[in-house]
Amino acid sequence: MEEVLNIIRDETLTYQQQLLALARLAENMDDTLQRSPEYRQGQKDGIFCDLGEGLAPYRPRYICPDYTQLMEKGSRFLDLTPPQDLLEATNALLIMYHHVPSITSFPVYLGNLDQLLEPFVLKETPQRAKQILKMFLLHIDRTLTDSFVHADLGPEATRTGELILQLSEEMQCAMPNLTLKYDPLLTSDDFLKRCALCMLKTAKPSFANHAMFTREWGENYAIASCYNGLKVGGGGFTLPRIRLYECSLKAKDPQDFLDNVLPHYVQIMLEMMEDRIRFIVETSAFFKANFLVTEGFVKLENFTGMFGMVGLAECVNHLLGIEDPRRGYGNNAAADDLGVRILQRLSDLVAGFTSAYCDCTNHHFRLHAQVGIDSDGRENSPGARIPVGAEPGMLKQIQHAARMHGFFPTGIGDIFKFEETWLNTPEALGDIIKGAMASRMRYFSGYLENNDVVRVTGYLVKKSELAKLDQHKQSLNNVSIFGQGARDKGNALDRRVEKRGQ
Amino acid sequence: MKALINRIIPFSNVDGPGNRCAIFFQGCPLHCAYCHNPETWQVCDHCGQCVAGCPAGALALRKGKVVWDETRCAGCDQCIHVCPHHASCKVSELTPEALFEKIAETFPFIQGITVSGGECMLYADFLTALFRRVKAAGKTCLIDSNGVIDFGQYPQLLALCDGVMLDMKAIDDDFHRQLTGASNRQVLDNLTLLLEAGKLEEVRTVLLPQFPKQNQKTVRAVNERLQGKIRYKLLRYRPFGVCEEGLRFCGRTITPLEEAERLAQAESDRGFHNCVVI
Repeated sequence: MEEVLNIIRDETLTYQQQLLALARLAENMDDTLQRSPEYRQGQKDGIFCDLGEGLAPYRPRYICPDYTQLMEKGSRFLDLTPPQDLLEATNALLIMYHHVPSITSFPVYLGNLDQLLEPFVLKETPQRAKQILKMFLLHIDRTLTDSFVHADLGPEATRTGELILQLSEEMQCAMPNLTLKYDPLLTSDDFLKRCALCMLKTAKPSFANHAMFTREWGENYAIASCYNGLKVGGGGFTLPRIRLYECSLKAKDPQDFLDNVLPHYVQIMLEMMEDRIRFIVETSAFFKANFLVTEGFVKLENFTGMFGMVGLAECVNHLLGIEDPRRGYGNNAAADDLGVRILQRLSDLVAGFTSAYCDCTNHHFRLHAQVGIDSDGRENSPGARIPVGAEPGMLKQIQHAARMHGFFPTGIGDIFKFEETWLNTPEALGDIIKGAMASRMRYFSGYLENNDVVRVTGYLVKKSELAKLDQHKQSLNNVSIFGQGARDKGNALDRRVEKRGQ
Repeated sequence: MKALINRIIPFSNVDGPGNRCAIFFQGCPLHCAYCHNPETWQVCDHCGQCVAGCPAGALALRKGKVVWDETRCAGCDQCIHVCPHHASCKVSELTPEALFEKIAETFPFIQGITVSGGECMLYADFLTALFRRVKAAGKTCLIDSNGVIDFGQYPQLLALCDGVMLDMKAIDDDFHRQLTGASNRQVLDNLTLLLEAGKLEEVRTVLLPQFPKQNQKTVRAVNERLQGKIRYKLLRYRPFGVCEEGLRFCGRTITPLEEAERLAQAESDRGFHNCVVI
């Protein structure tokens, strides 16, 4: 029980962080959910990782409630009637957020905020609307203390969207993460430019390719957590990962990897995912008794399994015997081609498995390029990204990303760091984002190198909060600790800077 | 028809409106004291002095010619530092078609291209051929020029181009000669011609820390002609990248922001609100 005492004595954890850490210990004491010997061996070899989901999942990993239902009907369980004005609407949302579980125990999806709140905002004076939204955002930042908390905007410009951007700039909060659903046919150039400027000043919003996501999910999709595409009124059951670099160590050569090693391990992980989903659906109480289910805020059939991967770059470089990452994946046509072949194979293998669940995705799981965790070090770059320090320049990087992004309907993204002159030219940044989306890049993030709020791998942290941890002080944001690890072990903040006119 | 290309920057946010692909041509008839890239002045004479010192082994002397291997180049610019002629061996000789092919991949991301240098107007016919293709692809074409080549000689090019960003180094011809090695008469003629043709996108003057009277004279006289109607950028001299002779003439300090703002304010005071201090 030393681990319990360690958590209880840890002065760098807030009370809530201690509580969550203790809960995690408790769930891992149950072994009802069996793991196959092959999966356990793969875990030992570093090929599989359950991303902190533990041994006994008691809720789906990501839950995306349909908040329009709260606006229209209220909730019996929460004893809320439909809100009549902005104050009631934001308050109802805040109440509901505290009752939406997830892997982090914080809601990973807050809704398409501008569309949800616009009818109420239009009934207020601009000053009053701004004041209420400010309190709303402040409450989110100080109580939903986890950067995987995510809200969506767009695709159309709205008064609410503009106010949220203004407040994001003024308040400089890490929470919530924000995405603009961008569609050249629906999003005006002015709003794109406005969002690009806000991104430079606050590291958010990021830009999601609305056309790609709607093609795969329909109009009613959410961007949740880091950049995860999911169905509203549903979500993601589970997201384990295959670490492709470790996987590649088992192969003689690229062909052996594609023909034998990858199919072998993918099959083990697929079966484990199915077991896990069955446990969440059939054993745990969530789908039987949680008010989100019983009142229809989410439906079982709208959940899917997310098959996560990391380390494509290092996998490819290892298989091709490339030692210098600057001459490998992302900078080398043969390496990029092998990367595409691996993703195609992975995609086919995942599509070949039929799940008893996941109705919304035709009983198949969907691929996810996971953003990495600090323990990956530098051996597994996030998802299909080019390693930090080996970026080939922005144009090439976007073109490269566009080749890979189509494989990942449940999420993939790339991040660019800009220097200060870009603050004067949001129009130029808008042009780049437009081009990236037209080239079928799925998700684009950026931030200014000198900003306090920065994007680590998919989530946001404040550099000033990392400094607190460095001094062994508590940080309110649960994710600061991940950011510190990614900065120190993964050099995640050292990515290439897009300079003036380069 | 071929041109010498010093460099292509696929994404530039400082060469005109929006994101642009900027293309730098090799060779320049002016040798301005404050030039930040004097390696674009001359064309390589293949003397070979740069070859031995290349740390990446990207340079070789073959049949009396310096050959540059772009794939091995580490971009350290050692060759440029040792070049005694203000030239660069790292240039590509391209046809308009080949250059178009090379830059076409940037088109989804840009509003247009900007040709610069060196002095791109040395290749006016080449530019005409290039612009014809770029315009057909729906992108805008801007020229960044020092104005020493007569634009009046190239009506087709002028018709194709969306605007010219013209440098006006100095109004005083003697000072212009001292600063650049050439007269400003043609530049002033071009200023008038472009203004009348509606093709002047912007005018730029570098303000020098040691010549406040020249700065004032130039800004006043140029804006007299512009009547405050065209964006006029007042660029503060910065000594970075300037060669030793240039530093002796222009000094090693940055032009004070206050001086630039004072000049812009003086223009504002007489009703010309077009000056932008950079």
